[in-house]
Amino acid sequence: MKILVALKRVADPDNANKVKIPASADKVDTTGLEWKPNPFDEYALEAALRLTENGQQPKTRAGEVVVVTFGPKETETTLRAALATGADRAIRVDASDEQLDGDLVARALKALVEKEKPDAVVMGKQTVDGDTNQVGQLLAEYLDWPQATFAATIEEEANGALLVGREIDGGVAKVRVKLPAVVTVDLRIVSGASVYSTKTARSFKYNDGVRFAALPAIMAAKKKPLAEVKLAELAADTKLKVTYGSFTAPPARKAGIKVKDVAELVQKLTTEAKVL
Amino acid sequence: MASVLVVAELGEGKVKKTTHSAITAAQKIGGSFSILVIGGGAAGAAAELAGFGAAKLLVADDASLASFLAETYAPTIAEVAKSGGFTHVVATASSYGKDLMPRVAARLGAAYVGDITEVVSDSSYRRPMFAGNAFGVAKVETPVQVVSARQSAFTPAEPSGGQSPSETVKLAAGGQAASRVEFVGVETTKSARPELTEARTVVSGGRALKERFEEVLAPLADVLGAAVGASRAACDAGYAPSDLQVGQTGKIVAPQLYFAIGISGAIQHLAGMKGSKVIVAINKDGDAPIFQVADYGLVADLFTAVPELVTAIKAAK
Ligand SMILES: Cc1cc2nc3c(=O)[nH]c(=O)nc-3n(C[C@H](O)[C@H](O)[C@H](O)COP(=O)(O)OP(=O)(O)OC[C@H]3O[C@@H](n4cnc5c(N)ncnc54)[C@H](O)[C@@H]3O)c2cc1C
Ligand SMILES: Nc1ncnc2c1ncn2[C@@H]1O[C@H](COP(=O)(O)O)[C@@H](O)[C@H]1O
Repeated sequence: MKILVALKRVADPDNANKVKIPASADKVDTTGLEWKPNPFDEYALEAALRLTENGQQPKTRAGEVVVVTFGPKETETTLRAALATGADRAIRVDASDEQLDGDLVARALKALVEKEKPDAVVMGKQTVDGDTNQVGQLLAEYLDWPQATFAATIEEEANGALLVGREIDGGVAKVRVKLPAVVTVDLRIVSGASVYSTKTARSFKYNDGVRFAALPAIMAAKKKPLAEVKLAELAADTKLKVTYGSFTAPPARKAGIKVKDVAELVQKLTTEAKVL
Repeated sequence: MASVLVVAELGEGKVKKTTHSAITAAQKIGGSFSILVIGGGAAGAAAELAGFGAAKLLVADDASLASFLAETYAPTIAEVAKSGGFTHVVATASSYGKDLMPRVAARLGAAYVGDITEVVSDSSYRRPMFAGNAFGVAKVETPVQVVSARQSAFTPAEPSGGQSPSETVKLAAGGQAASRVEFVGVETTKSARPELTEARTVVSGGRALKERFEEVLAPLADVLGAAVGASRAACDAGYAPSDLQVGQTGKIVAPQLYFAIGISGAIQHLAGMKGSKVIVAINKDGDAPIFQVADYGLVADLFTAVPELVTAIKAAK
């Protein structure tokens, strides 16, 4: 199976409360925050690697994983890290965040899919900077492919289909998509028994979480192919459908108090907050 | 002037409460609105929406729509939007709306703005980003716009009387996508408690609850008539079902009263509950970040504090 994984770098999500809004309010300033791969995209890469191997013999690849990012030159660091983790090839579409919206990323990905002809596109359900949750669905529609969004489990079936467990509001919905298809992954896709290729025995359990690159792999990744593509080569129309401005900080919560015991808590909730 | 198409959400042949929030969002956009009731049992469910002031109720009910699939719903929604000359298509940003609406937008060549918390004008919307640590105004540059509204930010619309006329719409054929997807089934987590996103009170537990999650929290939830929520760590460990997860990537809640019990207060969790009116935190670590957003913090071992709390609330009632 050949899989395309879309991966974006984002400002360190665990320190998202340190972002600043400048007086001009025209952007979110993330200066000082480290760049990290979007967690959901790291999970997508892990899922793609699991789908292209036998879990018992992860050193032998049984398929191809191509990672793509839309970003400036520095995002090649993120791609090299993905190559070290196990991806076979990388593509950087040269663009800055300001030049992109989700729709343009989806349209450009469509052109890339038509060139690369993967059996599946596996990607995060959302980028945790924009929190937009749209590119996978848009891409699927542009390609006229089925989509399995918010995937918590993926089982490859022998006949070129994926059985996907989707996290929905009331529980888990199972869908079967015939390849080629788009899959967007949710958090629990990286638990031990969540992804099985046809090669991996169902009795096998992965370690929870994503795999890490070993030092030799980091060296070897320097030699793996990393291509650069211009955005205009993939999308004739680069006009944005959505632009952002007037950023504000969230409303501050006023500082609360510590109560000394349960009795005081109940008293405060009853007489002060009046919520009991 | 705006002409808004609200896409209703059905569950087991009934209108889900999420739909009422989408109606509120449509009213905020202004102009007039109609409601598309689509899915298995839509014909019957439509009557529930007759008194909300919609210009029309458009009904799409067919065996092929019995189970929700974005691939089969989107073509008909887009076709209805197009033929009816609608300027906006709105749904709630539930897992249904999030899965479906971008596909509708792509079919319409329209912009999609997801999870909005405020309608700023008929073509700009405020929405949270960076796990709720910044809000941006998304300005739409296309004539037709597709929007999903955060349920907790739009008070459910109430019926205003009247009787909207209803008409049946033609189904649009799905393409390749629809023919290559099959709904297999759904495992729902049934609970007699109120819906997490609609409850007045929410009792959430974290990793600290361990296997005693249900045993410790149920009496508190019961005495308060509360919904139960959980942190990601509690869900991942299997202490709580995963659809109880509150946070940036789980459910967004804004109840009158929120209890965070044995939850540290990671950024991603706060993103899902910071909009609550009153927040109570119980944690044995006095420095846990949850105390920075809690109105009332109790530094205590939850395994003794929670049962005490249940007794005290019962006594106070
Ligand atoms: C991409 C991404 C998305 C995420 N999305 C979400 C999300 O939507 N929702 C979410 O919740 N998390 C989310 N997370 C995870 C988040 O970062 C935290 O890891 C998680 O919220 C921690 O859960 P917790 O507070 O239950 O566990 P912990 O951080 O382990 O905290 C347990 C707390 O319990 C306290 N405690 C322990 N024993 C007791 C006791 N006996 N009595 C009282 N207190 C006790 C401890 O002091 C501690 O503060 C996400 C993470 C990522 C990477
Ligand atoms: N700039 C980008 N580069 C690569 N992938 C992206 C980019 N933006 C979005 N994506 C992909 O689209 C998914 C959904 O993102 P979004 O719809 O922006 O929340 C992400 O998890 C990525 O897989």
